[in-house]
Amino acid sequence: MEFKTLLFYLFSTVTVIAALRVITAKNPVHAVLFLVLAFFNVAGLWMLLQAEFLSLALIMVYVGAVMVLFLFVVMMLDINIERVRAGFWSNLPLGIFVGGLLAAEMAVVLSGKYFGLASLPPQNLPANYSNTKELARVLFTDYAYPFEIASVILLVAIIVAVMLTLRRRKDNKAMHSSDQIAVKAKDRMRIVKMAPEVELPSSQGDKA
Amino acid sequence: MIPLSHYLILAAILFVISVIGIFLNRKNLIVLLMAIELMLLAVNLNFVAFSHYLNDLSGQLFVFFILVVAAAESAIGLAILVVLFRNLSSIEVEDLDSLKG
Repeated sequence: MEFKTLLFYLFSTVTVIAALRVITAKNPVHAVLFLVLAFFNVAGLWMLLQAEFLSLALIMVYVGAVMVLFLFVVMMLDINIERVRAGFWSNLPLGIFVGGLLAAEMAVVLSGKYFGLASLPPQNLPANYSNTKELARVLFTDYAYPFEIASVILLVAIIVAVMLTLRRRKDNKAMHSSDQIAVKAKDRMRIVKMAPEVELPSSQGDKA
Repeated sequence: MIPLSHYLILAAILFVISVIGIFLNRKNLIVLLMAIELMLLAVNLNFVAFSHYLNDLSGQLFVFFILVVAAAESAIGLAILVVLFRNLSSIEVEDLDSLKG
């Protein structure tokens, strides 16, 4: 057995087991950690498919950012596990029915003779082929506008996430800068008309 | 070498597992979000496999954009979840009945 084939079966077995544990784990923290395991193994599979950039991006973006966010939220919330787990297996027959239907449909599509899967040989790219470079070349020429839209989507997501979770405290002592700029001198300073100061005698002024 | 169908079967298994997970964890909002992430992962695996076997980089670019949208989706979803927990002190789907639907 070739080493790559062995790696494929190792990665795919661990991925499937981790995915099964994600959906059946009692503790949501364990579910997040098994999801991280599944992501790592799929990153290994993508490495076998010579998609190096996406493989590393999956680890950095998903495991490093999204999964840490999940973990943070799971640990911040106080989840009543007993109540959530009540009647956990009662919907399993319906789930297996729908899942089996989906699997059968996919099998019908993929095993059709029109699809021609067997005639696709795997690509053997040269050793000096740079996946990242090629990806960047296509991304910044043919897909430049979708790239810009993707960045706008991320910006919108940032603003939405901040605005949703922003809590204005009532005892907040923050300064209102617009009020500070709009202030006039007569709001702060009162000019009082008063009699002129009386001159002191000159002898006392010399002593001082 | 590994044929393309192996990757497609693996992605189908992952997708079906996450569909069953949505049915099993119908009460727990956070595991529902995780099942959606798993589904997107299965779709991405299909994209990368086809991109490799057809020698076409467009598939990998689509994975890139799916990653962007999935990151935005999970960030907003978790933010909504936090706001929900602040208001209801629970994340059970059954408690979301204020619209009496």
